[in-house]
Amino acid sequence: MRAISRVGLGLCLLAMLAPGVALADDAPGSCNVPAYLLTSDASLPKVAEALKASRPLDILVVGSRSSTIMTADATSYPWRMQSALQEKLPAATVNVAVELKVKKTAEEAIAGFAKMLEERKPVLVVWQTGTFDATRSVDPDEFRDAVDEGVALIKTAGADVILMNLQYSPRTETMISSAPYLDNLRVVAQKHEIPLFDRFAIMREWNEKGEFDLFSPSPGIDLAKRVHDCIGRALASLVIEAARINPGELRIQR
Amino acid sequence: MTSVAESPAGAPFGPVATDAVQAQPAKPRAARPESAASKRELRLDLFRGLALWLIFIDHLPPNLLTWLTIRNYGFSDATEIFIFISGYTAAFVYGRAMVEQGFVVAAARILKRVWQIYVAHVFLFTIFLAEISYVATSFESPLYSEEMGILDFLKQPDVTIVQALLLRFRPVNMDVLPLYIVLMFFLPPILWLMLRKADLALTLSVALYAATWHFDLYLSAYPSGVWAFNPFAWQLLFVFGAWCALGGAQRMARILSSNITLALSIAYLLAAFFVTLTWYVPQLHPLMPRLIEQWMYPINKTDLDVLRFAHFLALAAITVRFLHRDWPGLKSPWLRPVILCGQHSLEIFCLGIFLAFAGYFILAEIAGGTLMHFVVSMSGVVLMSAAAWLFSWYKRVAAKAGPRAASNDADLAGGAA
Repeated sequence: MRAISRVGLGLCLLAMLAPGVALADDAPGSCNVPAYLLTSDASLPKVAEALKASRPLDILVVGSRSSTIMTADATSYPWRMQSALQEKLPAATVNVAVELKVKKTAEEAIAGFAKMLEERKPVLVVWQTGTFDATRSVDPDEFRDAVDEGVALIKTAGADVILMNLQYSPRTETMISSAPYLDNLRVVAQKHEIPLFDRFAIMREWNEKGEFDLFSPSPGIDLAKRVHDCIGRALASLVIEAARINPGELRIQR
Repeated sequence: MTSVAESPAGAPFGPVATDAVQAQPAKPRAARPESAASKRELRLDLFRGLALWLIFIDHLPPNLLTWLTIRNYGFSDATEIFIFISGYTAAFVYGRAMVEQGFVVAAARILKRVWQIYVAHVFLFTIFLAEISYVATSFESPLYSEEMGILDFLKQPDVTIVQALLLRFRPVNMDVLPLYIVLMFFLPPILWLMLRKADLALTLSVALYAATWHFDLYLSAYPSGVWAFNPFAWQLLFVFGAWCALGGAQRMARILSSNITLALSIAYLLAAFFVTLTWYVPQLHPLMPRLIEQWMYPINKTDLDVLRFAHFLALAAITVRFLHRDWPGLKSPWLRPVILCGQHSLEIFCLGIFLAFAGYFILAEIAGGTLMHFVVSMSGVVLMSAAAWLFSWYKRVAAKAGPRAASNDADLAGGAA
């Protein structure tokens, strides 16, 4: 199977220069993500402000527990993001907290937002949503309204927001219709001019390039950990990129 | 739009029907001396067959062939073509039945057809259940624990199956047939009105479409959400197809042959192509004016966005203009497989959905990769064509065996031979 997919991949690359696919020179395991997936027109002014003022960078990850490794385990993406950020910004203090909204639609999740924001007072909220809504085929319009409202709440509370969309899950592709939810997350991000972390496109890219075999019938915990590691690192890159921060400058200031 | 006074009272369908046979759809050069019965509108079969192939390919995971499907080059996709042509052929076949045999008989035949489509849908649902149960028992992934929530349906089979029979629980990729069922179910009254006041019927349809957008009409689904194809909105394409079949196309001939229409259509298609390009080539994205983006997105498929409808109209206008019904290519053996598929649309549609499931299974369980994707897609298309050929052969044999054995449903685009 491996051999076939390699041949197929080669043929694919030869046969077509798929638009938008950057053929980077990445070795497996390198977590490489095409640059266009990690750039954003939108910026993160509060993050930039906190870093420049040498204030701690408090990040709150709100998620619906995509994977079973997410709880307080150092291998899930929020903690991988934290260590990647810390590595890239040695001068800054990066704190990460996770708020789980398990089995909650976006609409149900935002009910607790006001209280959560008041307690945590984050500088940046990474909001991962859409999967539960997609499995329950919630009306995409209602989903959009809920996300819209949630983002507005976070912004009013004085924090930056990054929206994170669904995982690319080839196994359940015939059962879950993710397209409307992906589209609507993009629409909300555009409307509020906030960055969207396109987890779906990134994971699909990894799968296509053979970095991860997401089709695998018995992926095991190891694959999950490696994917989360890469997701965390990519997320950290997006934070730095969107905050328009030059890590080198921060170091000099200190 | 011209008035409906063209149809003389007493024999409302007769003259219109003859016109439609000779000049559909919207042939710029009107009525030519052809024997109506021997001439089947092969263009309808061709495009419906093509739509079935594209729907099959779109239901497989993205691969090389996916780049050939029209949804990558504009707003509308194969669903629009399928629904429009279904409306066209249904009106054509059952419209004639209604004139010849009366309302009751025609309505009964339509309802028989509805039943067939319903049974086909339930059959596909069974296959889906088999697939999802298999995944539930054999697939264990900590990475995708949330996605596996989709399998929760299996915990309450009683509710799920009853909801599926009520057409309220519809898994992904199984949305077209329920829409088709509802549209066909309401065909008798639509046709009744259409045969008397065609333009009024079309106007009502447009009004319902507008009301759908204005009052946010929808059909709810199980466990939450709405029908992925809102029948209140999508009926517009179906009724428009019916209207074209019953003489509307001919009356639009003037508009369709004008150069202004051509220029507008080409301009719109190019603009839509550019917009879709920005989805796939992110480098182009900055060229899109933000205001236009905010006005345009999201392009709503559920409620048949006006942009999608307009895109379909532009495609249709250009097709009708440049592809004449007597184009010799329509008889070429190369197009024969597509045309055959179009002539057995319900069977081939179901087969396509089944093959998409099966293809998925092969890609997941046996081998993945682009080459394998290509092989699976091509085999699917070949199997669909072979099956269509088999159906045609059987139909021919059955017809020879005796006139009573031959059924004449809306399968044959452009009327039964």
